[in-house]
Amino acid sequence: MTTIYILAAIVLIIAILVVIFRLQVLSAVLKGRYEKRVGIGNDINALLFVIVFVVGVGAFWYSYQQASEFFLPAPSSEHGVKTDQLFWVTMAILVAAFLVTNALLYVFPYIYKYKEDRKAYFYPDNHKLEMIWTIIPALVMAGLVVFGYKEWTAITSPAPKGAEVIEIMGKQFAWQVRYPGKDGVLGNYNYRNIDAVNEFGMDMNDSASYDDFIPREMHFPVGKPVLLNIRARDVIHSVFLPHFRVKMDAVPGMPTHFWFVPTKTTSQMREETGNAKFNYELACTEVCGRGHYAMRFVVVVDEPAEYEKWKASQDTFASLNRDYAAEKAPKLVSLLPAKKVEATEVSAPSDSTAVPADTTATK
Amino acid sequence: MSASDIHIQDHHAHSHDHDHEHEHHELPWIRQYIFSEDHKIIAKQYLISGILWAIMGGLFSLIFRIQLGFPNADLSWMKPVLGEWIQNGKLDPEFYLAMVTMHGTIMVFFVLTAGLSGTFSNFLIPLQIGARDMASGFLNMLSFWFFFLSSVVMFTSIFISTGPASGGWVIYPPLSALPQAMSGSGLGMTLWLTSMALFIVSSLLGSLNYITTIINLRTKGMTFDRLPLTIWAFFITAIIGVLSFPVLFSAALLLVFDRSFGTSFFLSEIYIGGEALSNQGGSAILFQHLFWFLGHPEVYIVLLPALGITSEIVATNSRKPIFGYKAMIGSILAIAFLSFIVWAHHMFITGMNPFLGSIFMFLTLIIAVPSAVKAFNYIATLWKGNIIFTPAMLFSIGLVSFFISGGLTGIILGNSAIDIQLHDTYFVVAHFHIVMGSASFFGMLAGVYHWFPKMFGRMMDERLGYIHFWLTFIGVYIVFFPMHYIGIAGFPRRYYSWTGFDAFNTFADLNQLISIAAILVFFAQFIFIFNFFYSIFKGRVSSLNPWRSNTLEWTTPINPGHGNWPGDIPHVYRWPYDYSKKGHNEDFIPQDVPFSQTPHSNFPHEKDSQE
Repeated sequence: MTTIYILAAIVLIIAILVVIFRLQVLSAVLKGRYEKRVGIGNDINALLFVIVFVVGVGAFWYSYQQASEFFLPAPSSEHGVKTDQLFWVTMAILVAAFLVTNALLYVFPYIYKYKEDRKAYFYPDNHKLEMIWTIIPALVMAGLVVFGYKEWTAITSPAPKGAEVIEIMGKQFAWQVRYPGKDGVLGNYNYRNIDAVNEFGMDMNDSASYDDFIPREMHFPVGKPVLLNIRARDVIHSVFLPHFRVKMDAVPGMPTHFWFVPTKTTSQMREETGNAKFNYELACTEVCGRGHYAMRFVVVVDEPAEYEKWKASQDTFASLNRDYAAEKAPKLVSLLPAKKVEATEVSAPSDSTAVPADTTATK
Repeated sequence: MSASDIHIQDHHAHSHDHDHEHEHHELPWIRQYIFSEDHKIIAKQYLISGILWAIMGGLFSLIFRIQLGFPNADLSWMKPVLGEWIQNGKLDPEFYLAMVTMHGTIMVFFVLTAGLSGTFSNFLIPLQIGARDMASGFLNMLSFWFFFLSSVVMFTSIFISTGPASGGWVIYPPLSALPQAMSGSGLGMTLWLTSMALFIVSSLLGSLNYITTIINLRTKGMTFDRLPLTIWAFFITAIIGVLSFPVLFSAALLLVFDRSFGTSFFLSEIYIGGEALSNQGGSAILFQHLFWFLGHPEVYIVLLPALGITSEIVATNSRKPIFGYKAMIGSILAIAFLSFIVWAHHMFITGMNPFLGSIFMFLTLIIAVPSAVKAFNYIATLWKGNIIFTPAMLFSIGLVSFFISGGLTGIILGNSAIDIQLHDTYFVVAHFHIVMGSASFFGMLAGVYHWFPKMFGRMMDERLGYIHFWLTFIGVYIVFFPMHYIGIAGFPRRYYSWTGFDAFNTFADLNQLISIAAILVFFAQFIFIFNFFYSIFKGRVSSLNPWRSNTLEWTTPINPGHGNWPGDIPHVYRWPYDYSKKGHNEDFIPQDVPFSQTPHSNFPHEKDSQE
C-alpha cells in the first residue's frame, strides 16, 4: 500500500513540475523573451561561473584540510619517500596550473558575456602566443619525465645482492608467503605439484625445499633490502603494500619481482601513529573475483635481530608435513628433520579475515 | 558511389519543388524510420539508443554506489528487481563486480562510442561537408543494426542466472577466461564477447563510411582547411577506430579460443578449482597489450568528437573564430598519433619490462602538450568574445573545465614512478571519470542541445537546460573530486567493501557524500530527458539558424528531407569561423557566402578563387 502512495506522490509531483514548466514557458512567450537575442539568463549564468569558481576553490581548500588527515602516513620505505616527494611536487605544479586555467575559464565568461552594443574581437591566431603555451608545458613535462625516469629506473633496477628473498603467491582469495629458510634459497616449484597440502606446488625432490617455511604473516627486517618474488596460481592478483608504496601484479605463469627497503618497524609505526593496534597490511589491487576486497594479509617489520629470531622459530613445511614429503620424495627422506611434534595435516590458510574462500568455483 | 550521388543530385535538380513530399511517398514507413538509410534517422536511432543505455549505465553505478556509500544498509528493497543477487539484505559481491563491469562497458562503448560518435558523426558529416548522405547509406544502416544486435546481446546477458561478465570492463584473462574463477566468466562472458564482436563490426562499418564520406563527398569549395573542427574530429576519430578496433577484435577472438577451444594464448600454469589446467606457455600480459592497444585510443575515440563539438559550440557562442584553427587540427593529429603509442602506461606494474615503462612514460607525458594547446585555445577563444550562454555553451565550458582538471591528474598517473602507488586506486577512477567520462558526456549533451533544432526542427527549453547544467556540473565535481583524496589514501578500485582493512577504514562519510551526489546527478538527468522528449513534440519551432552559426547544416530547411538540400548543394567559399569580422554588419558570415558579397570585411588575401 505504501508503495502505491509513494508512486502516487511521485506522479503528482511530476505533474506539478510539468505544469510549472508549462506556465513559465507561456509567461516567457508573453513577455517576449524569445524575441530578444539573450535574456536575463545570460547574466545569471555568467555570474554563476564566478560564484561557482570562488565557492569551488573554497570547497577544495576545506575538503583538502579535512581529507588530508586520513591520507597514508609517511612512507615506510626508502623509494616511497622519493616517489611521495615527486607526487607532491608534481601535484603542486598541477594545482597551480589548475587554478590559473580554471580561473580564466570561469572569469572570462563573466567579463565577456554578451552585450548588445559590442562586437567580439576577431582574433583567429597568434603564433607567438601559441608557441609559448606549447613550449612551456613541454619543458615542464620534460622536467617531470627526467625525475620520474630517475626514480623509476632506481626502483626497477635489479635487487642488491644479499637481499632477503621472500616468495608471495596470490590465489583466490588469499595471499601465501614462503621464506627460503636457512639456506637462503627457495625450493623449486611447479604448478602441477599443487594440492591441498602443498599450496605452493613445492618440488620435494629439490633439497632446497626442505628448510622453506610458510608463515601466517609476513615479516620484513628493517633497513635491509627485501626482494619479493611474486606469482599467482589462478588469476591475476596484485601485491599492494600501501605503506611501503609497493605494488606489483601477480601473474599466473609469469613471475614478477619488486624490491625495496623497509625503513620503519611495526612498533615504530605504532608509536608514530599513536595507534597501538597498527599493522602493516597487504591488499590485492587487481580484480580477481568475489573475494577481491578481502585478500588481507598482515605484514610485520622487525628489527633485524628480532627478525632472525622469528625466522628461526618457524617450523619448515617439510617438518609439518613429514609424511607428505616422504611420499613425494622417498629418496630424500634423510633430509627430513627428526619428528618433534605431531605434524598438522594441512597448513591452514593464512587469511584471517572472513573470506568466502574457494566456495565460488563451484557456484 | 559517386555515380549514385550524381544521380541523386540530378534527381533533385529535376524535382525541385515537390521533392519533400515526393520522398515520403516513395519509401514505406519501415524503410523510412526503422531500416532507414538516411543519415539523419540513423543518427537519431543512435542517439535514442545511447540515451537508453546511459540511463541503464547510470542506474548500475547507483547500485554499486549505494553499496559503497551505505555498506551497512539493508538492501532488501531491491530484491523485487535484483532477486537472488540480494542475499540477507546484502548485495552479492560478484553481482557488485558485474555492475561495475557493465557500467564500464556500457558507458565506454555503448554510450560514449556509439551514442556520441554514432549520433554526431552520422548527423553532422553530410550536413556540414555539404553531402546528400553518407557514401554508403546501406552500410550505414547495417552499422546501426549491428550495434542494435550487439546491444540486444549485451542486454540479454544482464538477465542470465550466472550474471553478466564481471571481471571489469578490461576483461583480463585468466579471470575472464575461466568460468571456475567467477560465475560471470561463464555464459555472461560469452555473451559479452559476442556482443563486442558485433559492436566492432558496427563501429568499423560506421568509421569506414565516415572516412569515405569526408574524403569524397565534400561540396565544392569545402577544402580540408575549411572543414569545421567537428568534422576534423570525427574524421580522425574514425581513423583511430579503424586502426584500433580490429586489435580488440583479435584479442576477443583469441580469448574465445582460449575459453572454448583449449588454446593457451593467455593462459599458463594455472591451478584452479582443485585442478591444474593443462595450458602452458600463454601470456596473460599479451592480452593486456592487445586490449590497451585499442583501450587507450578508445579514450580518444570517445573524447575527440566531444572536443570537436565543443570547438564548434564555443566559437559560435563566443561569436569569435576558434583560436588557432590550424593548431587545433595539429593537436588533434598529434593526439591521434600519440594515442597509439602510449597504451602500456596502463601496464606499468604488470611486470612488463621496466625499460618499456620508461619509454611509455616519456611518450605519455608528450601527449599532455597537444592537450594543453587545446585547452589554452579554448580559453583564448572565450577571451574578448561576446558570449551567449546557451545550454550547449554551458556544457562546452563545463567540458573544458573537466578536460583540464582530469587531464592534469593524468600527468601524475603517466609518471611510472608515481603510478606504482596510485595504480588501480580511486585516483585513477577520479582521473578518467573526469577527463574521459564526464568530459565526453558533456560533449554529447552539448551536441544534443546545440543540434536539437536541426534534428527535430524545434528548440529545447533553455531554462531547463540551465538547471540541468548547473546541477550536473556541480554534481560531477562533488562526485569525482573527493575520489582523488580517497585514491591518495590508497583505496583500491573495484572493492566491494573496505572495512576489512585498517588502512582503508576511513572516509566512510566521504563515500556517503559521493553516493548521495551521484544519486542526485543521476536524477538531474531526467530534467534533460523530459526536456528532450517533450521538445521533440511540443518545443518551440526553431528558426532556420537559431544560433547564427556559419556551418552548412544551417542552410538546409528547418526539417531537412532526404538529400538534405532541396535544391543544389551550396558551395563553400570560406572557413567556418568568420565570426565578428570587422567591417561586416552581422557578427557571422556563413560558409556559403562568397567573398564578393562581403567586400568590407575581406582581408587582402581573401578573394573568391576563379572557377
